[in-house]
Amino acid sequence: MSAAIDDSRVVTAAQLGLMRCDACGLVLEAPRQARCANCPRCGAPLHRRQPNSLARTWALLIAATVLYIPANLLPIMRTVSLGEVPQSDTILSGVVELWVRGSWDLAVIVFVASIVVPLAKIAILAMLLLTTGAHSRWRRRERSRIYRFVEFIGHWSMLDIFVVALMAALVRFQSLADVTPGPGAAAFGAVVVLTMLASKSFDPRLIWDPPE
Amino acid sequence: MARVGIVICQHCDAAYQRRRLHHGEVAYCERCGSRLYSRGRLDVDAMLALTVAALAVLIVANAYPIVSMDLSGSQREVTLLGAVLVSYDTGVGFIAVLSALTVFLFPLIQLLLLLHLLLPVRLNHPVAGFVPVMHVLRAMQPWSMVEVFMLGVLVSVVKLTSLSTISPGIGMWGFALLTVLLTLLNHFDLDQLWDWCVGEME
Repeated sequence: MSAAIDDSRVVTAAQLGLMRCDACGLVLEAPRQARCANCPRCGAPLHRRQPNSLARTWALLIAATVLYIPANLLPIMRTVSLGEVPQSDTILSGVVELWVRGSWDLAVIVFVASIVVPLAKIAILAMLLLTTGAHSRWRRRERSRIYRFVEFIGHWSMLDIFVVALMAALVRFQSLADVTPGPGAAAFGAVVVLTMLASKSFDPRLIWDPPE
Repeated sequence: MARVGIVICQHCDAAYQRRRLHHGEVAYCERCGSRLYSRGRLDVDAMLALTVAALAVLIVANAYPIVSMDLSGSQREVTLLGAVLVSYDTGVGFIAVLSALTVFLFPLIQLLLLLHLLLPVRLNHPVAGFVPVMHVLRAMQPWSMVEVFMLGVLVSVVKLTSLSTISPGIGMWGFALLTVLLTLLNHFDLDQLWDWCVGEME
């Protein structure tokens, strides 16, 4: 159905000389000269497209990708139990441990939230940036949809951060065991925040804009 | 000059004639498929009731322990803010700050601001500081993560059951209920408040 979209049927705001305030949705006649006008209703700065959207998204995405390495290699949690060897858990070993203990359902949830979602976000945003930078007309409707999907799932990766904080609080200062958060947790938290900021700074209207 | 009666898709820039929707209807963009605008099933009265309920539940969820744990005879209970303080002390302050903001502070501010907006709207009074309040609400919405925290509680409970006996506390039921209430509240299309409030002032 959506294989060939009849682009000529859709009238864009740019063709009508209109624009939308990003903050309050007010539809305005696009100002001709003033480059940095403000919305008359809500006062937010008006932009036809988000300024430097692609460059900003690239910067945030690269930062997230770099931090993704320590986030997975450094321990996110250290467990010391009486009579056992102190154990350092990375994200992946935490998933394996849940699986081995028989909670395969939670192992799948944590695996998806902590490993699949961040990697998929990074890969999808890189794909969107590359195709949009090249003014590609390839599968624009699907690219638009996958962008909304990335926006929707973004914050679920925070799961492991909350787990670490809760477990540390419960087991801390016990006589038999002690759990402390590791530096991997901070790196992972930063990855989640950076990928969320990256997807917000990407302007999906650029997917549809005709090349100038 | 502002144009009334036209709506522009925020995801692909397509322009459409605005049409009045029935309750529960959503308008989607023909070209990119994203949501243009919607008219929720809930009116302002219902939203106001949900907001007040969510505020009460939020207080309960934070005041009572989420889980209690029985380890070698010593009972240990933990509240959300207790967990935040402990993880702050253990040296990874960043995750403590992140948890405090996304599970406690942002949802709290969101609910207080909604109350501040909806109460005067219901009583037909002008809203004080309407524009900045709307800006803060819009910026805060994606960073409020109570539902993710709820899942995190379940995962930690399962992880700790091998160490000791874990029993859910009142706080856990509070967070479960808060998740439901906030999900309902987030379905409300805030943009329609712009049209009511500022539209009438002019």
